[in-house]
Amino acid sequence: MSPDQDQRRGHDAFLDAVDADDAFYVECSNGHGSLPPRRACPHCGDQQLAERSLPGTGRVQAHTVVHVPTEEFAGRAPYVTAIADFGPVTLTGLVVDSRAEDVENGMTVAVDTDETPEGDTPALVFVPR
Amino acid sequence: MSSVRVAGVGLTPFGEHPNRTTRDLFAEAGVAAMADAGVDAEVIDAVYFGNFVGELADAQGHQGPIAAECLGVDAPATRFESACASSGVAVRHAVRAIESGDADVVVVGGAERMTHAGTDAATGMLATAADALYEVSAGMTFPGAYALMTDAYFDAYGGSRRDLAHVAVKNHEHALENEHAQFQFSVSVDDVLDAPTVASPLGLLDACPVTDGASALVLVSETVAREADVTAPVEVTGSGQGTDKIALQDRESLSRTPATETAATEAYEAAGITPADVDVVEVHDCFTSAEVFALEALGLFEAGEAITAARDGTTRRDGDLPVNLSGGLKAKGHPVGATGASQLVEMTRLLRGDHPNSEYVADATTGITHSAGGTVASTTVHVLEECT
Ligand SMILES: [Zn+2]
Repeated sequence: MSPDQDQRRGHDAFLDAVDADDAFYVECSNGHGSLPPRRACPHCGDQQLAERSLPGTGRVQAHTVVHVPTEEFAGRAPYVTAIADFGPVTLTGLVVDSRAEDVENGMTVAVDTDETPEGDTPALVFVPR
Repeated sequence: MSSVRVAGVGLTPFGEHPNRTTRDLFAEAGVAAMADAGVDAEVIDAVYFGNFVGELADAQGHQGPIAAECLGVDAPATRFESACASSGVAVRHAVRAIESGDADVVVVGGAERMTHAGTDAATGMLATAADALYEVSAGMTFPGAYALMTDAYFDAYGGSRRDLAHVAVKNHEHALENEHAQFQFSVSVDDVLDAPTVASPLGLLDACPVTDGASALVLVSETVAREADVTAPVEVTGSGQGTDKIALQDRESLSRTPATETAATEAYEAAGITPADVDVVEVHDCFTSAEVFALEALGLFEAGEAITAARDGTTRRDGDLPVNLSGGLKAKGHPVGATGASQLVEMTRLLRGDHPNSEYVADATTGITHSAGGTVASTTVHVLEECT
C-alpha cells in the first residue's frame, strides 16, 4: 500500500476503527466533516483532507421502528434505525441494547459495530449512553 | 431555442403483471403514445428510457436498445437510471434535446417490473436507492428512510399520522375513475391509521404499492407540430433538475428537500412562472409524507404548512390546488422507472381535457410535475402549459 493510499482509508477501515473504539472522520481545511472514502470534501470540494477522531457520543435526531426489513435484517425486525448527530458528522445506525419504545430523539448514543444476522458485513450500531 | 410539444401519450394499466416482460410493457405504452401522436417509427430521432432495477429484477442491463427495438424504432436509444426519478430525468434530457435542435421527435418514457420478485426482494431492490455504505448497512429500508424524514418533520413543524392519512384518502379518491390506476378503491382515515406499521410512523396505507407498468410520451419540436400538422395542445415550457447528497445523514436538514427547490426554481424560471401561477400538480408521493415535503419545496406552501392541505381540502380535486388527480404514486401505483414520465402523461391528459378528472381542472392552463429519486437526492420538475 502506498503512503497515499494509507492516508485515504476507506469504509472498511472506518468500520474496523469503530470496532476498535478509535472511530474517525475526514475533515477538510475549511472544517467540514465527512465519512470515508473521500478524495474531495462533499461540501466544498477541498482536497486537503485529514483524519480526525470522532466524538465519543452523538444525539439522536430522528428514528424509526422498521417492521418490514430488507432480507439481510429479517432476523432483527422490528428494530430501530436512527440518525444521530456526532458534531462534525452525522451517522445512521441500528439502535441496540434498548427497547424500541424507549428510543427517543435527543437521547445520547455511542457508536459501535455489530455482525448482521447474515454475518457478512458488520452493521453500524448505536448504544444508548 | 425550439419549444417542446407533447404530441402523444401512452400508459399500460399500472398493477401486477408478473408474467409480462419489461419490453412488452414499454412496447404497449410506446405504441400507444405513437398512435396518439399520429407519428410513425421512421420519424423518431431518439428514444430515452427510464428504468431502475432491471439488473436485479430481470437480470437485464443495457436496456436502451431494447426500448427502441420493441417500438420498431431505429434511432439512438439511451437508458436513464436515477432511482424513482429515472424517467423524470429521461424526460428532462428529451426536452433539452429538442430545445437545442438536436432532435425533432423523441419517444421518452420508462418501464419497471417488480411484483414477480415478491415483497422481500422488492424491499431489497428499492433499498438500493439509498446509500449502501452508510444507510442500508444500518438496516435502513426505503420506507424507513422516509419514516426518518417524517419523524424529523413532525419534530420540526408538528403534524400527525392523521394529517398524513388524509393524503392517502384523497389520492385513493382521485384514482377511483382512473382506468390506469392500480388501486381503484377508496380508503378511510381509520383504514390508514389501523394498517400495519411498515416503519413508524408510516403504515402500509401511507406507502405506494409495488407496481409493474410503463409510460411513454412523444415529444416534438414546434416546427414538427406545425409542419407535420401534429395535434399537440400541451407545451413543456420549463424543465429543472436537482441533486442532493445521497445519504440523509449528509443533508443540512432531514425535514427539507432542497433538490426539489433547485429543480423547481430552474423550471419556473424557464417557463416564466411563479408558484402562484400553478393550477394543478402531480408530485412524487411514494409515501403520504413525501407529498407534503414536495408541496413545500415546490414553493406552493410555506414550510410546515402543507401537512394539513389534504385534511382541510385544499389539495383535493375540488379544492383550490388539486394535487395528484391521477391518484398519485399512492393509488395509481409506482412502477419506478415509469413513474416520472407517467406524471407528464397524466398532466397532459388533465390539461387537454381527456382525463377522468379533467372536469375538476377545466379552467387550468398551467400544471407542474415533480419526480424524486431516493430520499429526494435526484429530482426533476416540469412545467406543462396548454397552448393558446
Ligand atoms: Zn469542505
